[in-house]
Amino acid sequence: MIKKLLVANRGEIAVRIFRTCERLGIRTVAVFSDADEEAVHTKAADEARWIGPARVKESYLNADKILEVAKETGADAIHPGYGFLSENPDFSRRVKEAGITFIGPAENIMETMGNKIAAREAMIEAGVPVVPGATLKSENEDEVAKVCAEIGYPVMIKAASGGGGIGMQRVDHKDELVKVLPSVIKKAETFFGSAELYVEKFIENPRHIEAQVFGDHHGNVVCLGERDCSIQRRNQKIIEEAPAPKLSDETRKSLFAYAEKAAGNIGYTNAGTIEFLVDSDENIYFLEMNTRLQVEHPVTEEVTGIDLVEWQIRIAEEKRISDLEERNMSYEHAIEVRVYAEDPVTFFPSPGKLKRWSFPQMEDIRYDSGVEEGVQVTPFYDPMLAKIIAKGSSRQDAIEKMSACLEKAEVEGIKTNIPMLIETLQHDVFKEGSATTQFVQQYVIEKSSKV
Amino acid sequence: MKEVKTSMAGNVWKVQVTQGDQVTAGQEVVILESMKMEIPITAEEDGVVEELKVEEGSFVNEDDVLMTLK
Repeated sequence: MIKKLLVANRGEIAVRIFRTCERLGIRTVAVFSDADEEAVHTKAADEARWIGPARVKESYLNADKILEVAKETGADAIHPGYGFLSENPDFSRRVKEAGITFIGPAENIMETMGNKIAAREAMIEAGVPVVPGATLKSENEDEVAKVCAEIGYPVMIKAASGGGGIGMQRVDHKDELVKVLPSVIKKAETFFGSAELYVEKFIENPRHIEAQVFGDHHGNVVCLGERDCSIQRRNQKIIEEAPAPKLSDETRKSLFAYAEKAAGNIGYTNAGTIEFLVDSDENIYFLEMNTRLQVEHPVTEEVTGIDLVEWQIRIAEEKRISDLEERNMSYEHAIEVRVYAEDPVTFFPSPGKLKRWSFPQMEDIRYDSGVEEGVQVTPFYDPMLAKIIAKGSSRQDAIEKMSACLEKAEVEGIKTNIPMLIETLQHDVFKEGSATTQFVQQYVIEKSSKV
Repeated sequence: MKEVKTSMAGNVWKVQVTQGDQVTAGQEVVILESMKMEIPITAEEDGVVEELKVEEGSFVNEDDVLMTLK
């Protein structure tokens, strides 16, 4: 049994994990950097320990210091949250070597799924459909152009070991390829330390639909449903919901079957998310697997009644999936919006002091927040401030509750994307449930052409 | 004296000019990294880079001077 858990993360996800720990009677340890001394998560745990200066490399990515704090505080488990060290196999290996439970899958699986090429091969082996594509070991323009032509334009070029949308580039024809190639290579080298590229067919107007899976240490795997995360900007999600609107039962069934096949075949343990692209003909393509808890996990929690963090902890304790509970009431539909500190039109970041941060107390609205009024939003970390989850008896019900909530929100001192979220929720295409991953781009274009 | 200032707080990720370079209005001279995003900073006027006030890795606050032009 886990008795004391350290969260190697910050912000809303640390706070959210502490909440479940408190309910389960598990003691908690927060870690914080110089910039987070007064942060909400620092105050939300039983104990808080300083781990270094503001910059992530010296604090939230500082495995040595985090392990040292874990040992000092007597933590018997580490939850990595998402981002930071959550998908770092070296970190999880070191955690285990220190005799501490790592809440996540085995390192070898993390390694495989963290590499786009290896992940893709594993999926092909499991019989899961993938997007046509190839690895580019060569930086030779002509060879790259040849491969792109074989796959067929438009193509997407990205760093083979990349993530978070950084360094991803759509290319429509050869001339464009020649123009963008050096910068794509440079970004791959700068951000991911490798010039290895991956090129794949660009699926036009797809929906991003992902499946939440769990595997236990006894060979059992389950899919807990899907989430539609098509509303994205710069390949980062903004609005997520469960279930996916307008998805045929047949496609949903195939998606779950693929997800379970994928997780089962690799012997996955703990929580994971298998991301798919679904095109207008409902063809399903594997995109990637995230070997951790996902930012948008709350929408699955609200439609299943399962506390996913509780399941993660219990599975790490080697419990069987069949022995785990559905604890809460479940709803027909749930929507999550991510509140970002950014300009709602240009999407540029907006750090600064949160002079006002006020949201209405409403039924069926859940707040997973990492900030409070008066805190300084620093430029060192991700711009996501909070997630708001609306649950309802139908999709329309959830949308209406969310809109009502956001209309009453009062934030001052920094810019946020709330105006953009409200407009999206009220946009006909979104309301219809027809939004694809192109929605934001389309919406921004629509908006700027009106000005 | 002409100055290039930053529009927001962040880390200087790339300085794309050196002292003595001719820059034109609208040219990207520095790329800032703030909240995990690259923010290009452009020169507002034509000029020659007189002095760089920051280097790659420097932390800057909103309205800090990145370089002077003449």
